[in-house]
Amino acid sequence: MSSELLIWAALCLPLLIAAGIAVTGAFSNVREGVTLVGSTVLFGVVIALATKVAGGEVPQLYVGQAAPGLDFAFKLEPLGALFALVASGLWIVNSFYSIGYMRGNRERNQTRFYICFAIAIFGAMGVAMSANLFTLFVFYEVLTLSTYPLVAHKGDAAAKRGGRIYLLTLLGTSIGLFLMAIMWTWVLAGQNLDFVQGGLLAGRNLDPAVASALLILFAFGIGKAALMPFHFWLPNAMVAPTPVSALLHAVAVVKAGVFTVMKVSIYIFGEDLLNATPGREFVLGVACFTIIVASLVAMTKDNLKARLAYSTIAQLSYITLGAMLATQAGFMGGALQIAAHAVGKMTLFMCAGAIYVATGLTNISDMRGLGRKMPLVFIAFFIATLSIIGIPPMAGAWAKYELMQGAIDRGTGFVPYVLIISSLLNIAYLLPIPILALMPVPGTPEPRPFKRPGGAPFFTVAAPVVTAALCVILFFLVGPLADFLSPAFENPASPAFAGGQP
Amino acid sequence: MIDLLLDTAPRWALLHAPALLVMAPLFLAPLLAILPSGRLSWLISIFATLFALFCALILVGQVQASPVGVVGYDVGNWPMPIGIVLRVDALNSMILLLVASIGVLATIFSWPTVKAEIPERKHPLFYSAFLVCFAGLCGVAITGDAFNLFVFLEISSISTYVLVALGAGRDRRALPAAFNYLIMGTLGASFYIIGVGFLYSATGTLNIADIASKLPDLAGNRSVEAGFAFIIVGLGLKAAVWPLHQWLPNAYSYSPSFVTMFLSATATKVALYALIRFLFTVFRPEFAFEQATFTYLLMPLGLAAMITCSFQAVFQTDVRRTLAYSSVAQVGYMILGVSVGTVAGVSAGLFHLLNHAMIKGALFMAVAGVVLTFQGTTIRDFAGLGRTAPWTMTGFAIAALSLIGVPLTAGFQSKLQLGYALFDQGMWWAVVFVVFSSFLAVIYMGRILEAIFFRPPINPRKSRKEAPILLLVPLWILALANIYFGITTELPLGLARDAAAAAFGLEAF
Repeated sequence: MSSELLIWAALCLPLLIAAGIAVTGAFSNVREGVTLVGSTVLFGVVIALATKVAGGEVPQLYVGQAAPGLDFAFKLEPLGALFALVASGLWIVNSFYSIGYMRGNRERNQTRFYICFAIAIFGAMGVAMSANLFTLFVFYEVLTLSTYPLVAHKGDAAAKRGGRIYLLTLLGTSIGLFLMAIMWTWVLAGQNLDFVQGGLLAGRNLDPAVASALLILFAFGIGKAALMPFHFWLPNAMVAPTPVSALLHAVAVVKAGVFTVMKVSIYIFGEDLLNATPGREFVLGVACFTIIVASLVAMTKDNLKARLAYSTIAQLSYITLGAMLATQAGFMGGALQIAAHAVGKMTLFMCAGAIYVATGLTNISDMRGLGRKMPLVFIAFFIATLSIIGIPPMAGAWAKYELMQGAIDRGTGFVPYVLIISSLLNIAYLLPIPILALMPVPGTPEPRPFKRPGGAPFFTVAAPVVTAALCVILFFLVGPLADFLSPAFENPASPAFAGGQP
Repeated sequence: MIDLLLDTAPRWALLHAPALLVMAPLFLAPLLAILPSGRLSWLISIFATLFALFCALILVGQVQASPVGVVGYDVGNWPMPIGIVLRVDALNSMILLLVASIGVLATIFSWPTVKAEIPERKHPLFYSAFLVCFAGLCGVAITGDAFNLFVFLEISSISTYVLVALGAGRDRRALPAAFNYLIMGTLGASFYIIGVGFLYSATGTLNIADIASKLPDLAGNRSVEAGFAFIIVGLGLKAAVWPLHQWLPNAYSYSPSFVTMFLSATATKVALYALIRFLFTVFRPEFAFEQATFTYLLMPLGLAAMITCSFQAVFQTDVRRTLAYSSVAQVGYMILGVSVGTVAGVSAGLFHLLNHAMIKGALFMAVAGVVLTFQGTTIRDFAGLGRTAPWTMTGFAIAALSLIGVPLTAGFQSKLQLGYALFDQGMWWAVVFVVFSSFLAVIYMGRILEAIFFRPPINPRKSRKEAPILLLVPLWILALANIYFGITTELPLGLARDAAAAAFGLEAF
């Protein structure tokens, strides 16, 4: 198939799936079939696109013009292909999980839930493939709006409050800061918003103060990247059903945010301009601050999902940090972290959901000794924890390694220490959960029997096991992955990138 | 499509389109007043507005085909300095198209609401007043004579006072609202006519093009500057430029639903057109006093409108009042665009003018549907309507998102254009105000949307949940237009850019 057709397919399939779900809503088995088949086909399409990208091709699609200078255009480069792969691939796993979870919990309005989910994936695909900031922004907002009903799914007061904070923060930052940054870029770049290898704004002799202001607008305007102080929507979004937290708030939505940060850093600013921008240091500092403070806050949370949410905030800032290091190794580390953190954090969320479905427990302190009854779930949790911390042979190790490399290349004094402290903090707030569950200290009371007879539904256990296995597999696949990604970070101004592969 | 129209239209229509556009509704109006049946008068009104739309389309085509971009028409064959001329260029053909198409949609949708809100024996009179108002608005937009503009302004205003006062059947507060509007509107018109008097004393002519050609020689003339000041205030009052907007919230809240919808989408827009005409065609941005007006008067007022009225909108409990305050805020956006003083700025302002007409038209239509079926307009009355009246409320929601400026809607595009125009002149700080005001829009529309879709219904009325089909069709036409023009802006942005160029007397953008 031609690459244009493939891009069309990747965009239209989620919408077709949404329509299919709407039509077959009355027959829940058929509806689930539509989701599963559709998501598998979508993944196939994305793989086909990624193969083309790996072969050096640049799939492009021009849809049309919204207004002079504002095009709906798509272009897939390695970074976007990676994001699309992660989002669509994990959607399949998550669909199985959703079925188990939603049925296990007897949630209402399941059809609306699956429709919004498919539309959210549509948004994520659009973000991944967009060829300019305008297209990206449109899909970024599609993603925001389509996930609002998912966050407020339960419809009680807490869910509505969480949903409202979610929507207002994301819309507020994106319209208030991100859109301003885009308009400013449009004027600075001479009525152009395209993503250009080497940086759209590079070579335009920007005043460092202007470039700094623009960068800061972007960094905070992309609220989905959850840089402090615009992080609070993420813990509030945890009122959503767990599959939403798992796919959207560990993979699609938040990764769309940091992915946008990477795109802006690489293709709007470019490595050289970024290096010449003093504001970069400031954003780097904020990212470091976010990493440390979010980890510290995570320690204080006894609610498992809240702790995972703060952990997500910290881990996301790794990617922003990687982008702000503005070195090849930094970009590579950020990109690897997108994939590694996605599988790791998704596993953790799905485990949390499985525990909730089976026992109704949400607090970590109640989970001691639970590992005896749910061994698979907690082993998966353990593996994912190691990956998040960054211990080999888990995928997270490479991301941390590259980031450390980038930080040392950069020569910034404090960043390596921040990374080390953060890893230690990760150990402190994540590792005790599986350890205490699997090997409770003597004298821990036996956990109460399952609330749901038969324990966690099969799918809710199988899905995290699969993603945990992915954490390990990705560790060994990093060579090809790095080769695949490296063209994205090539700087046309400087000699080809070498030595970044670990 | 317009080419086809130009080819097939009869010769008399092509020749006399400017005059017929105004005269057809104006002469049909007295006929309606003596008709016995309301339904018949409604049908004739539809016919009249459709005919006006037909003429407006012909004019758009003729202006585009014309080598100079102007279609002139001497009324009664009296040539320019003596007689009244109708003069259509890209700017007012756009306004005429807007007024006529909104007029058609509004008239079609009016019947169910008029039947419910106006006593039956007044139906023919009501439609008669409406046609006069419609003709007056078209007249303001089409005329090329400054005094004639005043006449049409008064024709439309006086009939508007009547229309607003007819809301008394539903809510007695319509009467003070209409009276208030009458006083303010008359003040505005008086200011305008005084201003025209000053100009006449200085130039000796009333023709707009003629005045424009004589003004550059009169630099520093006190009476020209005084005339300018009077005209700005007078038209500003009509266009509800902050702080001259006090008449608007009450007039919109208490008048019949149909009138609210029609006025919100057209009346202030036409006054704004007149303002733009005077700011850019009659006077020129090069004049020192006008540059000062932009910087020290219009821009601060536009910004103040955007912020204060958005804040006021947040604290309203009545949906119609929220929308009314929001209208004043949106006029602020247009004024802001105009006050940039560049072609890009004016085109952004005009583009928003078009989009806002579609947005507010759709919103007030949906509110009219709720008034019809649930007889309430407070936010409480809207609770849970997302379930009981999904079609009406989805249309409302689309327009609300457009008002906020969510991507893929028309409102987003107009904010984008406005932002570009501002950044282009280095006025990034004004963009901050635009953005902040949009954020307030998220809050005040979000309150309503949340009530609609997430609160349980408190209004247990079971019969007639959805608005009637006559109301739904125009509502959805406007709602879909909001989405369509949010994806591809070729048509409205093209019109707005040509119009802005015409305002500056340039050939094309």
